[in-house]
Amino acid sequence: MKKFLNGPWVLLLPTVIVLACVVFLPLLISLWTSFTPFKLTRPDTLYKFVGFRNYERLFGNYDFWVAFGRTVLFLTIALNLELVFGLGIALLINKITYAQKTLRTLMMFPMMFSPILVGFQWKYIFNDNIGLLNNFLREFGISPKPWLVDTFLANMSIMAAEIWSSTSVFAILLLAGLMGIPKDPIEAAKVDGCNSWQVFKNITLPFLMPFIFIAMTIRSLDVARAYDIVQMMTGGGPAKRTELLWTLISRTGYVDAKMGLANAMSYISIFLSIAFTFFFFYKLMEARKILSYD
Amino acid sequence: MAKVTLEKVSKFYGNVEAVKKIDLEITDNEFLVLVGPSGCGKSSTLRMIAGLEEIDEGKIIIGEKTVNELEPRERNVSMVFQNYALYPHMTVEENLGFSLKIAGMQKNDIDKRVAEAAGILDIDEFLQRKPAQLSGGQRQRVAMGRAIVRRPDVFLFDEPLSNLDAKLRNQMRTEIKRLHQKVKTTIVYVTHDQVEAMTLADRIVIMKDGIIEQIGTPLELFETPATKFVATFIGSPSMNMISSTIKKDQEKYIMITEDGLNIPVPKSKQDVVKEGQKISFGFRAEDIVPLKFGNKPSQSWGHKSKVNLSEPLGTETLIFTNFGKIEIVSRMFTPELVRAGDELDFALNLERTYLFDDETGKAL
Repeated sequence: MKKFLNGPWVLLLPTVIVLACVVFLPLLISLWTSFTPFKLTRPDTLYKFVGFRNYERLFGNYDFWVAFGRTVLFLTIALNLELVFGLGIALLINKITYAQKTLRTLMMFPMMFSPILVGFQWKYIFNDNIGLLNNFLREFGISPKPWLVDTFLANMSIMAAEIWSSTSVFAILLLAGLMGIPKDPIEAAKVDGCNSWQVFKNITLPFLMPFIFIAMTIRSLDVARAYDIVQMMTGGGPAKRTELLWTLISRTGYVDAKMGLANAMSYISIFLSIAFTFFFFYKLMEARKILSYD
Repeated sequence: MAKVTLEKVSKFYGNVEAVKKIDLEITDNEFLVLVGPSGCGKSSTLRMIAGLEEIDEGKIIIGEKTVNELEPRERNVSMVFQNYALYPHMTVEENLGFSLKIAGMQKNDIDKRVAEAAGILDIDEFLQRKPAQLSGGQRQRVAMGRAIVRRPDVFLFDEPLSNLDAKLRNQMRTEIKRLHQKVKTTIVYVTHDQVEAMTLADRIVIMKDGIIEQIGTPLELFETPATKFVATFIGSPSMNMISSTIKKDQEKYIMITEDGLNIPVPKSKQDVVKEGQKISFGFRAEDIVPLKFGNKPSQSWGHKSKVNLSEPLGTETLIFTNFGKIEIVSRMFTPELVRAGDELDFALNLERTYLFDDETGKAL
């Protein structure tokens, strides 16, 4: 005991206790609940073990897998578009010599708004009757569109909001990457006969790949847990047309009060995030290896 | 293979004129070295030839073509950078063949050229490695190989040896000279190291503050420096320089140093000086030797003084001593031991002294 009190473990103890309270314990409890039919309205169900019944049900649950698939699709499209826009913005800002700092700050404005407010703002832009966009269309004699009702348009509208608010994450990370690229290889490539596109493709892009994958990792985690903007704009509706994983999970858990089932959904969804993170980290390592870092 | 002509070329950075209307003609197959202290405009000049910097005024002509408006890729020049500037994500082979691939050359032709260049530079065994797995010297060789494979009209070297250690630098210097003999192309080479300039160049251009001080072969610069700056810049140890004033003494001109030493003006310079003129009077270390270890020159001036420090280097010994308050250095080739504190009679060979006007800095 005396040895323990003098050892390094005792110094780590406060951290271990805090981590246990805020991470491990909640994780364990939520994992436990996913093996019970726990309903918030009937506390006694917390102690009824039903094994894998929640998981078995989910595997046959059409709504869940549609939301799952939609989240993957949403993530793929949003990330790729954000990459394209972010890279474009970063390249342009990297080129200018005047007022670069001001523009860099301006660029980050969307990130400074709460996602809830972003959701509200876009909800009003896309509103059927009083929305900015439909009013604009009417001015030009174009018939207004049901932006937040039509399946395709509603999903696109949410994506527009998501991209608007988060493209600057890509832009700022890629800009940092661009500014860190050594000048010499680029000049060497110019002398070696490359035009601008060839310089970009052969030199700039390989140097930028690690930054792209870091941005992808961060944003994939963000988008996979997308909730606030969707909840504000459509609430997953109408008729589950824009249902993503987390709108479904929160409704199952808090509205339908089926916490056990909701936690089972969460555990399956987490694999999605882990898979994406793993994939992008693997790509990141590869990109770094190509550049002979480490 | 082409000649390069610079006509009244200027470069501005903001309000600072880094290169001031320089004229320069580089002949076909010439090895031309631009040398000068940092900030003298030599690198800017090179980068303007490469097309990496815009030419603000004047004209640059490569071969028969004015290249002012041409992109670097349209000029058919290759450049070797100080930091090698290799592409870290490509193997040595890909680095070498990159420019040819961009030019759309067939794979087997590329391989042939790469193998040839690798042979010349002795880097065959590293072809599959990445630059990170090479030593500094090997990287520099790859950088040179990358320049060779293109068979450019002009090679541009931007301080290629500054990042190497002393031993490797000497070795690579020899290799660059050999390379020039093998590939026979016009080379423009920028360095701040006068030894590199002297050993490599057919002709040297000495620059200072954006202007050309003197152009000439290494020996011309050494023997007949046009300005005080060139005189002190070329040669190691650098030329001894003493400020003095011209006075007439019994029909002959003499120089009076700041410490009051009287030194006769050499016969050949008697006609070019005038009473009261402020001059700097220079002589190289080997032209002042201890009398007992050398031959007395026909026109000499003797001075007795104490040795401050001696540096025996084997073939030569550098002796530091004072002329009044100014420390000068003497170089003798006699293998005799000289100790600090020894009092020696020095003989200065007046025929090999240089006089520079203090106002213009020009040689008299």
